[in-house]
Amino acid sequence: MSGLTRMLRLIAILSGVAVLVTPAGAQDRPRSGGELIFAVPSEMPSYDGHREGTFGMVHPLAPHYNTLLRVDPNDRTGTKIVSDLAESWTVSADGRVYILKLRRGVKFHDGSEMTSRDVKASYDKIVFPPPGVGSIRKGQYTNVEAIEAPDASTIVFRLKWPQASFLASLASPYNWIYKAEILAKDVRWYEKNIMGTGPFLFVEHVKGSHWVGKKNPNYWDKGKPYLDGYRAIFMKDSAAQVAAVRAERAHIQFRGFSPAERDSLVSALGRKITVQESAWDCAAWVAMNQERKPFDDKRVRRALTLALDRHQASQALSRIAVVKEVAGVQVPGTPYATPPDELEKLAGYGRDIKKSRAEARRLLREAGVPDGFSFTFTNRGLPMPYEPVGVWLIDQWRQIGLNATMATIEASQHVTELRAGNFTVSSDAQCGYQVEPDLDLAKFQSKEISHNNYGRYTDKVLDELYQKQSRALDPEERKRYVREFERRLLDEQAHTVITLQWHRIVPHSAKVRGWTITPSHYLNQQLDTVWLSE
Amino acid sequence: MAKYIVKRLLLMIPTLLGVAVLIFFLMRVVPGDIVELRFAGESAFAQKENLDKERARLGLDRPLWEQFLTWMLGIVRLDFGTSMWTGAPIMEEIKLRAALSFQLAVMATIIAVVLAIPLGVVAALKQDTWVDYAVRIFSIAGLATPSFWLGIVFILLLLIVFKWLPPMVYTPFWVNPWQNMLQLIWPALAVGYRYSAVATRMTRSAMLEVLREDYIRTARAKGLWLKLILSRHALKNAMLPVLTVIALEFAFLMGGLVVTEQVFNLNGLGMLFVESVARRDYTLTQALVMLVAFVFIFVNFTVDLMYAWLDPRIRFR
Repeated sequence: MSGLTRMLRLIAILSGVAVLVTPAGAQDRPRSGGELIFAVPSEMPSYDGHREGTFGMVHPLAPHYNTLLRVDPNDRTGTKIVSDLAESWTVSADGRVYILKLRRGVKFHDGSEMTSRDVKASYDKIVFPPPGVGSIRKGQYTNVEAIEAPDASTIVFRLKWPQASFLASLASPYNWIYKAEILAKDVRWYEKNIMGTGPFLFVEHVKGSHWVGKKNPNYWDKGKPYLDGYRAIFMKDSAAQVAAVRAERAHIQFRGFSPAERDSLVSALGRKITVQESAWDCAAWVAMNQERKPFDDKRVRRALTLALDRHQASQALSRIAVVKEVAGVQVPGTPYATPPDELEKLAGYGRDIKKSRAEARRLLREAGVPDGFSFTFTNRGLPMPYEPVGVWLIDQWRQIGLNATMATIEASQHVTELRAGNFTVSSDAQCGYQVEPDLDLAKFQSKEISHNNYGRYTDKVLDELYQKQSRALDPEERKRYVREFERRLLDEQAHTVITLQWHRIVPHSAKVRGWTITPSHYLNQQLDTVWLSE
Repeated sequence: MAKYIVKRLLLMIPTLLGVAVLIFFLMRVVPGDIVELRFAGESAFAQKENLDKERARLGLDRPLWEQFLTWMLGIVRLDFGTSMWTGAPIMEEIKLRAALSFQLAVMATIIAVVLAIPLGVVAALKQDTWVDYAVRIFSIAGLATPSFWLGIVFILLLLIVFKWLPPMVYTPFWVNPWQNMLQLIWPALAVGYRYSAVATRMTRSAMLEVLREDYIRTARAKGLWLKLILSRHALKNAMLPVLTVIALEFAFLMGGLVVTEQVFNLNGLGMLFVESVARRDYTLTQALVMLVAFVFIFVNFTVDLMYAWLDPRIRFR
């Protein structure tokens, strides 16, 4: 990278950071008008948010809808819950009854009034879907006993047991409020149609090409949205996305670019580009199949994690791949994340790599494999970040005498192989749609509970800790359980290996204002606060 | 001739049936499952019960022979069913992309023919002169250059030199011809160049062969004009292999431009094909394979008919 490139990149990052740290009041006044054009690297199979799980649906469709609660669009941690259709809420002392008061005067795009009947019908579809109707996140709501709508502006959720994450569950970016009357006539109507209360009206969808929305003039939040409309262009190829932003044919691609792509945009566009970066709620993990020897031995698993020099990798890999932060089970900088000094006490997280690797070799000797052994590391066939992380892992394991061979398999086949247990050691990942321990840790429960526990282990202690943290309503108490869970998962049992946290990089046209990056690329996509400066 | 056409049309049936059997069972052999991909993937909350429900809805829980029979019965009625991924009718999914792919194939073919035939003829007439060498260098370079790479070069040049990029969204020709051309001319040039290289070399060698024939020598001896010899006697006969190459390339373009479509962000059949395979969308992949097979068979059939038109010896046989 040339000196000029470096300087431009620095200027752009600093200007981006400057925008982020400037208090909202001090920013320019939002300007109305204009069409936001953004690239979307994926496309939705259907239009039903309760049914699908891809960000390719959230980015173009979220602006048509509201959720009961939402994540504060200005909160960079993506964890602060604020109101959306529910303007206030109360929680009973035992944490089992949530009463939410809805806004009045909210209208669907067809002009009909939104009431608690619509909210109940939407949540009934998510939590208690009728036969034949898929609800992908139903498992997140097994705790819900009943949903009631005592009057037009009140909705009540009764839980079987207290759940710390329940408010966050109501702010899920997928839980769009649909119209009860439509659902009553055809519960699958929303798979092919749009009818929400959101800031933008649906205009057009050309499959494989683009999605268009226009301003909802009757939006309940007066003065919003600022944009006249938006156009989402589906673009699978990252080079085409970069070219589109560079040629100013697109303002932004919300998911993120690689460091090299960021640098090329910054060097080409200079001050015309703003870069927002954040730790990403996705992590590059390593799954070790405990049904295969010698990975049933925790000493071997610990050796694998002790071999990794995460702090050095954080500096080196972050230049070429979308990974950066040294992290535990929660996104660094978020409320339940373990502070760095405490994290360093976990196996493989210390700064003295020689000591860690000596310990790793000792453990391998104890486990009866003093000369190391060979195994196949199955990697997902996607370049970013799997390929560079895979190469790095193999090098790190070689330092303690382990000979890993990388077998890269097609991305779609990779999921099937993992679920079937057809691997010894494999790359593994999960991207969260919210930063929330209940969501982020669920995967690591015993295989009998979690269908994507690819380590294929049973650990009742871990299951119990998961339940404890989930039910702890006091944040400090919950933090303690999350830490215990983390220690057992990553250190004592070393069930899994976390390499580095993904790092989200969104370089976008400097004209785009009012959008704040969060750790999850599923969040903050309603676009009601977004405006264009020119 | 009519008997020949009927016979060829009837022969299409077993060929298409063979393709159908092959693609149906090959798709089932490929590891991966659309339901897991779509609803499980990275989610810790995917419940087996939900996945089973989806498999049942898509008919994937039924015996293979039953799935195959249902599909074949649909094909007979020209009903390819719905995409397992989007739930939309397959014909709708294909129709949406076919216009772009067809137009691109036609444009690339026009570019290729306009370049290849004159260049091939000139190279043959001026064999072993600097003209011939120049044409050969031009065509060998075309063969050695992947069209997607040339596409990337076009994009970079447009971006760096003119700070401009072709439109990212397809506009049909009848809606806005200028916008349409602005978008498609670049991929057509990139694809057409490689395509023309193949056809140029074929035209040159076919012309060289024909020009050495006795009847050409006789025509020259009779004192016929060179132009007349070329247009009436040589070119028509030399066109037989060239036509085959052009037709097969055209058929390939109707679904094989995956990377070029990706580079130019074109919503064509090639990308749809790759995505349907990656998503294990059995019904859509099967329909696309059938479509491509049909295009190949139909193009071959048309070429055979054109042979008869170009060469009376074939017609009378």
